[in-house]
Amino acid sequence: MSGTVPSSEAHARLQGVTRVYPPAAGHPAVHALGPVDIELRKGEFFAVVGPSGCGKSTLLEVLAGLQPATSGTVEFEGRRVSGVVPDNIGVVFQEDASFPWLTVWDNAAFGLRRSGAAPTEVRRRVDDALAFMGLRDFARAYPLQLSGGMRQRVCIARTLVLQPRLILLDEPFGALDAQTRLLMGEEVLRLWRRTGASILLITHALDEAAMLADRVGAMSARPGRFIEVIETGWMRERDSTIVREPAFAEITGRLWDNLRGESMKALGHSSMAAE
Amino acid sequence: MTRIGRIRLLVILTAVAALEIACRTDLIDRRVVIPPSEMATSLLRILASGAGNEDIVRTLGMIAAASAISVILGFALGLLIHALPRVRAALDPLFATYYAVPIFIFYPVLIAIFGLSLLPILLIAVATAIVAMIIATLNGLDRVPRVLSKVARVHHMGALATAVRLQLPAAAPYLFTGVKLAVSYGFIAVIASEFILAPAGLGRQIADAYADFDNRRMYALMLLILIIATVVNTVLHAFDLRWAERRGRKIS
Repeated sequence: MSGTVPSSEAHARLQGVTRVYPPAAGHPAVHALGPVDIELRKGEFFAVVGPSGCGKSTLLEVLAGLQPATSGTVEFEGRRVSGVVPDNIGVVFQEDASFPWLTVWDNAAFGLRRSGAAPTEVRRRVDDALAFMGLRDFARAYPLQLSGGMRQRVCIARTLVLQPRLILLDEPFGALDAQTRLLMGEEVLRLWRRTGASILLITHALDEAAMLADRVGAMSARPGRFIEVIETGWMRERDSTIVREPAFAEITGRLWDNLRGESMKALGHSSMAAE
Repeated sequence: MTRIGRIRLLVILTAVAALEIACRTDLIDRRVVIPPSEMATSLLRILASGAGNEDIVRTLGMIAAASAISVILGFALGLLIHALPRVRAALDPLFATYYAVPIFIFYPVLIAIFGLSLLPILLIAVATAIVAMIIATLNGLDRVPRVLSKVARVHHMGALATAVRLQLPAAAPYLFTGVKLAVSYGFIAVIASEFILAPAGLGRQIADAYADFDNRRMYALMLLILIIATVVNTVLHAFDLRWAERRGRKIS
């Protein structure tokens, strides 16, 4: 399977992208990523899975413009990405990035206010985003009064109000329990359908990737490269009940076939991986 | 008032009542300690006469000035040192041992240099308080989650906007701890300096009353300082509590 599609459909593109962290404080240089070639289609849901430390988050940050690529080119909507996060890209991080000193409402409004939107527009979009994320009743609460899952929803709402055309999710549910992750996954699917945005999801959970994505890219151990990109073939209207589908088990199993050896390499069991 | 608050108040009132009874029944010699009620009436007389106003204003003004300078300068230095890791590495041992050294021993040196004026008191108070603010600033900035700088870049925020809109609020609880410590240290340093050697001020008035065996005046002024320090700390604590509740942080 290939990770590339015809250029006319490409929303974002990475070509020959590598990322090498330079030596620092007595530590040698680390080749974290690549070379990676991948094209994200407009409006698709693309998930990336791979062993711990394989460069998944580095891939996301390079695509977002948060880190420079050491070599290769990154493009978003036909424009080169280098050092600055392009407009219309929203990022939700694994860590809790809510602002504890602001209410849920003010958290959601943060970016929109900074963009200079009119107060009425801010109110409309924030109210809408909070309602969509099920946070309307908590608009006046402070983040630390909420659960971890709700705080991540606050961060998603803060991204949502800016109406980005590409949403990058860096293991946003990594700290949540399995049931909450499934439900949060459904919310992300709703969000994806409603906004029409393209989504790149970084996750370590194979089932999450198999359930949510149109395509899943399986990465090798560091330096991360795409071993295989799997088309899931799900319909756009879907939810967590697809975990009962035989195809779901098949996709998850195939991802695990790809990743078992790589995960062992990442753990340092190279001889077992060769078996 | 909370149950714990009522218990605290009860403990204080019980202690004051016990002292009152002990003094009134000569269990404690009045030449050593006078009853709290006499301290209070004596204080009211001093305040009503206006005799101590100049000293009160002078001392409180010095505390306010020393605290403000320590907080503002300490914060600025904290920001600067945080941005310069090598300078910080050089200064860290000094900060770690700063309060193990009695800074107060330099007070006579400052008097010798600047004379018996307000300046030596201000300098010794700032020298005592400022490092608490520097350490609190460094501590606060160290604890700003790194993800916030990524969020700032996603929102196209410059260095100043990131510092003011994200880093400062994120570090605020630690900065506020620095403010509380700076005010407390400022209070102690000003009163102690006046007590040792100063032309005027509440500390000097207490020292004079002590030298004159004027227990009523001495205890009245001590009570005044206790009340002012308690009120200032209560106000600061209330602010801290409000912040803590807002952030979901529990403090006692």
